[in-house]
Amino acid sequence: MTLATFFQHVLTGISLGGAYALIAIGYTMVYGILRLINFAHGDIFMMAGYFMIFSMVTFPWQIAIPLVCLLTVVLGVVIERVAYKPIRTAPRMSIMISAIGVSYLIQNLATYLFTALPRAYPEIPFLKKIFQIGSISSSLVTFITPVLTILLVIGLILLINHTKVGMAMRAVSKDFETAQLMGIRINNTISTTFIIGSLLAAIGSILYFTDRSSVTPFSGTLPGLKCFIAAVLGGIGSIPGAVVGGFAIGICETFLVAMGYSTYSDAFTFVLLIIILLFRPTGLFGEKMIDKV
Amino acid sequence: MTKSKKMIYTAILGVLILALLIFLEANKTQYGMAYTILQKGIILSVVAVSMNLVTGFTGLFSLGQAGFMAIGAYVTAIFLIPVENIKDVYYISGIAPGILSFKNWLEAGPAFTQMLLPYIALIIGGVVAALFAALIGYPVLRLKSDYLAIATLGFSEIVRAIISSPQMDTITNGSYGLKKIPGFVSIVETFGIMVVCVLLMVLLLRSTYGRAFRAIREDEVAAEAMGINLAKHKQMSFIIGSFFSAVSGGMLAMFMRSIDSRTFSVSLTYDILLIVVIGGIGSVTGSVIAALLVTASKEWWLRFFDNPLAIGGVQIPFFRTGFRMVIFSIILLVVVLFYQKGIMGKNEFSWERLEKRFKKLISPKKGGAKNV
Amino acid sequence: MSNQVLKLSDITMQFGGVVAVDNLSLEVNQNEIVSLIGPNGAGKTTAFNVITGVYAPTNGAVYVKDSMITSNFPKGNMKKLYAGESKGNYSTTMKKTPDQITKLGVARTFQNIRLFKELTAFDNVLIAKHMRQKSNVFSATLGINYKEEQSMREETMKLLEILGLTEVKDEVASSLPYGQQRHLEIARALATNPELLLLDEPAAGMNPQETDELTAFIFDIRKKFNLTIFMIEHHMDLVMDISDRIYVLDFGKLIASGTPAEIQNNQRVIDAYLGVQEDGEE
Repeated sequence: MTLATFFQHVLTGISLGGAYALIAIGYTMVYGILRLINFAHGDIFMMAGYFMIFSMVTFPWQIAIPLVCLLTVVLGVVIERVAYKPIRTAPRMSIMISAIGVSYLIQNLATYLFTALPRAYPEIPFLKKIFQIGSISSSLVTFITPVLTILLVIGLILLINHTKVGMAMRAVSKDFETAQLMGIRINNTISTTFIIGSLLAAIGSILYFTDRSSVTPFSGTLPGLKCFIAAVLGGIGSIPGAVVGGFAIGICETFLVAMGYSTYSDAFTFVLLIIILLFRPTGLFGEKMIDKV
Repeated sequence: MTKSKKMIYTAILGVLILALLIFLEANKTQYGMAYTILQKGIILSVVAVSMNLVTGFTGLFSLGQAGFMAIGAYVTAIFLIPVENIKDVYYISGIAPGILSFKNWLEAGPAFTQMLLPYIALIIGGVVAALFAALIGYPVLRLKSDYLAIATLGFSEIVRAIISSPQMDTITNGSYGLKKIPGFVSIVETFGIMVVCVLLMVLLLRSTYGRAFRAIREDEVAAEAMGINLAKHKQMSFIIGSFFSAVSGGMLAMFMRSIDSRTFSVSLTYDILLIVVIGGIGSVTGSVIAALLVTASKEWWLRFFDNPLAIGGVQIPFFRTGFRMVIFSIILLVVVLFYQKGIMGKNEFSWERLEKRFKKLISPKKGGAKNV
Repeated sequence: MSNQVLKLSDITMQFGGVVAVDNLSLEVNQNEIVSLIGPNGAGKTTAFNVITGVYAPTNGAVYVKDSMITSNFPKGNMKKLYAGESKGNYSTTMKKTPDQITKLGVARTFQNIRLFKELTAFDNVLIAKHMRQKSNVFSATLGINYKEEQSMREETMKLLEILGLTEVKDEVASSLPYGQQRHLEIARALATNPELLLLDEPAAGMNPQETDELTAFIFDIRKKFNLTIFMIEHHMDLVMDISDRIYVLDFGKLIASGTPAEIQNNQRVIDAYLGVQEDGEE
């Protein structure tokens, strides 16, 4: 591996990792607040891909991108209202099954509506423009992804630490019931969480699929699982953790594929999960939690 | 109701089922659909009960069923494919010499081993899956159940990836899958294996270990304070559940005659979850009933959703390929959101319950009064 | 030393910056009834959780019948946090899990009742017998252990009878009235064949008459099962009637110990605890 190809792979890895990071934030935020693995998050991400395909048929990308973000956010909030809110107090397992049910429904619905065949992802011309830096060449999206990710994360952290909504979110994630007693509007806070998560998933989806060029109803499953693992790696509930986890998994995966182990690149992620759970269950940045007896 | 009366009823029910199965076996061609559906339902009921053992009775949310079934299916298939068919099956890269000589040795053995081979294969498949379960269960079961869900789901995907990888070509035939797997002798045999498996799990659940599992489900802190070793018992339940999932996977391989890694995708696990949820999380009989019901409605009764339908010359909208699965996922969601107990809740079938229902049906006043 | 059942030495438990239990040392001798009292939030239940292995203490050691079950020394982040008196006295880290401690003969009840809610009263008690049985999973499944199973069931029936729960044995635990749930929890604890019974507020929510009955009941089970009892309680009448010795905690610190008479006359205790109570509802 020459130095140039090495950097080429690093760049691809960072770019993939950026998209993963954006999705992982959605998992980590929802988990932080509802203690729920939102199994449907990967499918929301997949649906954002289809939204883009259909928006680009009629609209130019300048309109299509905000439209996709809007549709994805609506989808995310509707899922929360319909499938999670009614059973918020039910046992954890019921909520997880409900999440799986939603994921199953979205996949089947997508198969029904769009068939299981891969659909071509539209090209956004300016994102595909090839750039050359030294001996490394890549499309603009590869350079944009990490930068955009970092900017979004900084914005999000500012939002969480310095606004009223952010404070409400922090309070709810620390103690659901007390936050409710203190007059925080739980429903609004949770909806906000889903809005942010879905919005980031939509952006992640555009960045991810632009590099992949096609979408199927099952394109969300594996990236979804990987991003959840990224969130666990960083420490579930921690946003910087999710970002670091996303980048780490993206880079590792790219290098495994580059070295010819593409079949095992997915398996690697899960082996990584088991190793983390074995040695550091709270992840890299997670806080230790003590269950009260 | 007296004990002897109950035993008579049970015996009658058993004879009736057996008679039905023998009848179906004799008229296989005529009732092909019913035969296939029933057989598949029987097989899925084993894995549904095994998932219920782990999820419903021990409270561990495991989503690795498809992976364990894949292990069972491939082990069973490799054991059972006759040596004469090996060349046809492994036509791409050939079979690993070790396996071939082992199979030659097996086939040279005495006749009765040939007869027992399917059962041996199923058990070995189960044992292999149980070993894997022990391996992943050790780190994961000590943590909260959410991680178990993700880790088992991931495990299941890893198994699939490895099975279909080119490096495994000489063992699993990579992505081409295995075919020409000998099937069951008759549906009675399928049923017999299922009865043995389910009976073993029911006996386990009724034993002192089963009670310990339930204690863990109810309250882990209290269970531990009562001297129940959490890690050990969770591990036990997970391993036993995986064993039976793998047996069911092996049966599925014998039923389908040809398998490939796509058969064992995550959606298979979701299908089984659907069965368990509809039957009632924590009810063995519920799982068995739901396995039959769900299989029948999915593959047979609700097939019409997938075909364009015209009534009186008017095309009914929505009816086309894939609609059935949409309906199915909606059913799952509706059950989870509104009927969390499923068909049976945590109850089991009993003649008393049936009698009560029956009496209620005949004279509503009498039966309804005593319901405290 | 020989008749000592439980000994805590220098136990400190910190949660982040909060010191829930601060350098607590105490001992409980065989056949004694010892009470641990103190205002709300004094760290009593935390002490119980350390004894039963739910928490690993930040510092200190716990001994049951002279064998060390838990010992710790501050490490990592805790090292910075912990700067107590007995810093550095404990050099090994070991912690038995709650089930291992129960096996040693320590059983407990919970402050906020933790029964197996959806199981019957009978099953609740029977489950606690599981630990002492010898069959393995195969012999239990195949019913080879039927004799043992039979005797477990008989013992369970006997326990339910002693606690006056025979009539409700097939009722689901969560449907029982509060008093019976408390009794059932004690029955379940007794089913583990303990030598030391830890009761966490057994009289919580009981009226004076029920409390009197409980007093008699605790004496009764101590005799019948040859128990040592260590309990947390707020009902002062009960505590004074029943205890051989009393320890008083306030803000995690031991402020007094002695016989009921001594405690009643201890000025610090009156200031910290009893005084408040007299001004209050009583």
